[in-house]
Amino acid sequence: MYNMGAYYEATSVAHAISLLQRHSGPTTKIVAGGSDVLIQMREGKLAGYTLVSIQRLDELRGVYMDDDETLRILPVTSFSHITKHPLIKEYINVLGYAVDQIGSPQIRNIGTIGGNICNGVTSADSASTLLAYDAVVEITGPAGVRRLPITDFYIKAGVVALMPDEVLTAILIPKESYENTHGHYIKYAMRNAMDIATLGCSLNVRLSPDKRAVERVRVGYGVAGPVPMRAKNAEEAGNGRPASMDTVNRAAKAALLDVNPRDSWRASKALRLHLAEELCRRAFTMAITRAGGSL
Amino acid sequence: MIQRKLITCTINGNKIQTMVDVRASLTDMLRNDYRLTSVKKGCEVGECGACNVMIDGECFNSCIYLAVWADSKHIRTVESLLGSAGELHPIQQAFVDEGAVQCGYCTPGFIMTALEIVQSGRQYTRDELKKLLSGHLCRCTGYENIVNAVEKAMKGTAQSIPETISRHRPATR
Ligand SMILES: Cc1cc2nc3c(=O)[nH]c(=O)nc-3n(C[C@H](O)[C@H](O)[C@H](O)COP(=O)(O)OP(=O)(O)OC[C@H]3O[C@@H](n4cnc5c(N)ncnc54)[C@H](O)[C@@H]3O)c2cc1C
Ligand code: FES
Ligand code: FES
Repeated sequence: MYNMGAYYEATSVAHAISLLQRHSGPTTKIVAGGSDVLIQMREGKLAGYTLVSIQRLDELRGVYMDDDETLRILPVTSFSHITKHPLIKEYINVLGYAVDQIGSPQIRNIGTIGGNICNGVTSADSASTLLAYDAVVEITGPAGVRRLPITDFYIKAGVVALMPDEVLTAILIPKESYENTHGHYIKYAMRNAMDIATLGCSLNVRLSPDKRAVERVRVGYGVAGPVPMRAKNAEEAGNGRPASMDTVNRAAKAALLDVNPRDSWRASKALRLHLAEELCRRAFTMAITRAGGSL
Repeated sequence: MIQRKLITCTINGNKIQTMVDVRASLTDMLRNDYRLTSVKKGCEVGECGACNVMIDGECFNSCIYLAVWADSKHIRTVESLLGSAGELHPIQQAFVDEGAVQCGYCTPGFIMTALEIVQSGRQYTRDELKKLLSGHLCRCTGYENIVNAVEKAMKGTAQSIPETISRHRPATR
């Protein structure tokens, strides 16, 4: 038995919002897949909390293409369904690959992509890729729907820009962002499964039509700071440059100006700095190769 | 006051309707209300796979799944593999043949994941199998024989494994 205060099950997004308003308080929480919330309830951190469940809201599951070709990822979609989805495979394969590194097969059937970013955790395996693709989050609350770039969604470790009566209702990837890109994600962890990233790097490139130049490169990191981050210096060192090892090395070095990792029991800051450079180098090399460039 | 909720679901082929305590995990419900004790309590935080069951064809650690969420779902546990004359399912037989069982605590969880693998109809490499089995901890076997057993069962499906769901009546309280 869980040490749970009360349980309310939403039957629609509007119902979820009204439940959150009615039962609002410091000990009320949304639960989607439960792979963070139920663990913390078991550990006692959320003992006695009231849960508002969006687990059974099928209207928040799936991946769709909007009329303007924006990719719309609904938050209660499980990791395994993200990885298997044809639209993800075709347009943003690296996201499916990244979430396939999470936990274990069962955790990937349980955990949702929305929960993975709403927990505000820097090691979330989906986050660096969503940042590197300029994802926009769609948030629904009593006053209606608002949109926010994902970089503004992350406020500080464990805190995101959600009001207590708001629900994340979509993650959007604009066409301009995913079109013609090839990406790669590297999760560096101590074990091959069931481990949190020591550092993660997600990178995607768009090459020029002749495949000789990097038209645009975007780099996202997890565990390189208190929240997932973009590496603008690394990107500037790569944008518009020849698709060469020299460019790759410059970008990897420049990434060190962006990251701000810390010492923790998992790894030292020194190891994380080394990884930040090396993972950027390897991910950039792989992304260029996937895009048809030669190094 | 204990908050309860009425749910309807199918457990091992039997449709049931029951009032569940909202605080119960699916593990609690399957073990306590239906005596399906193949569903083990190991870590209870999603890490060991001992409580693994199939929900609508996908494997979930039932310790971090609320019983109320089972409403309208099809749940399957190892008990459903029992043949009508009490014979073992080919996956279970492969575990026996390969010496993949020692204390047996992890075994039902592994077998349900093996069932998902076998039902996919795909043939995986050994490395892929290891990744697919990575959500289970075994303190006894050292895993080698378990991977062998799952590989054997998977290859056996080329000769088609029967889809037994016995009408094993779950015990009621
Ligand atoms: C054994 C194990 C291994 C794990 N391994 C990894 C790993 O390798 N990598 C990794 O990144 N994560 C890992 N995780 C963490 C976890 O699976 C993810 O963070 C998961 O994505 C959380 O999603 P959920 O739906 O299960 O979350 P929940 O627990 O339901 O919710 C998480 C948080 O988000 C909020 N929330 C959820 N959905 C919404 C929404 N739509 N709107 C507003 N708020 C919302 C909840 O209130 C809560 O604060 C692991 C967890 C376990 C138990
Ligand atoms: S008891 Fe559920 S995963 Fe360990
Ligand atoms: S056989 Fe004992 S835990 Fe696996």
